[in-house]
Amino acid sequence: MIPPAPPAWTHTVTRTDIVRYQGASGDFQPIHHDEPFALQSGWPAPLGVGMFHAGVLASWATDWLGAERVRRVRFRWKAPVFPGDTLTFQGQVDERHEQDGGSRVVVRAVCTNQRDEVACTGWITFQLD
Amino acid sequence: MIDKDSLGNEGTPFILDVERGKVAEFARAVRSEDPAHHAGEQPVAPPTFLATQMHWEQGVPDSNPWDTIQMDPAKGVHAEQEYVFHGPPPRAGERLHAQSRIAEIWEKEGRAGMLVFVKMITEFRDSEGTLRAEAILTGVERP
Repeated sequence: MIPPAPPAWTHTVTRTDIVRYQGASGDFQPIHHDEPFALQSGWPAPLGVGMFHAGVLASWATDWLGAERVRRVRFRWKAPVFPGDTLTFQGQVDERHEQDGGSRVVVRAVCTNQRDEVACTGWITFQLD
Repeated sequence: MIDKDSLGNEGTPFILDVERGKVAEFARAVRSEDPAHHAGEQPVAPPTFLATQMHWEQGVPDSNPWDTIQMDPAKGVHAEQEYVFHGPPPRAGERLHAQSRIAEIWEKEGRAGMLVFVKMITEFRDSEGTLRAEAILTGVERP
């Protein structure tokens, strides 16, 4: 039925990740790439983009259960992320239900940093049949 | 300081063309090499691809009503983001007609004072007007 969850992904965030994500999305908030601006705003470094690690969390989940089957995603952020942080992406099936005549599973996926603090939690819903 | 009168504000409608190159670029940016996003003429968009609405809004004045809520950028945080798909996620080649509105503003007492939450919903419809997807952005302004 549902294949076993793939191994966790780990990734160390770089400034290049931030620039690539901001260019792709069109979100040019300077706090994520303009180091003097970020420092002036009270951060120790450019602030990671929440939607970057949320997106990677979704990529981990769609590699498992299929991008065409996604019907809903929801993300919440906690700890801020900075370049140099090593993030771990993993998850598991949290819930199953019937909707629109099909069977759905909700994967609860979590992105944690090297101190085991939660940076982002995602709920990714897949239509199985 | 959030302007509570911004509740109900609607942005100018804008178009989001789901393009093959942008799908691949975005997928790479979220570290996906899944062929579903990179192969063929009509790859499916990644789950958070509609974040690229920010790219399309830049060409349409007043398309983003978030600009009207007066959230203090130094105190504002992206609290939650949701995408709902009514059927499979969009594919390259689809034209989506989008419009955003300030859907909800509410307050909650926090430890350091009042938190003000704002929810913006963007609807994405196909050329027949069928609702294909919604983006639901929740931001919070801290005291």
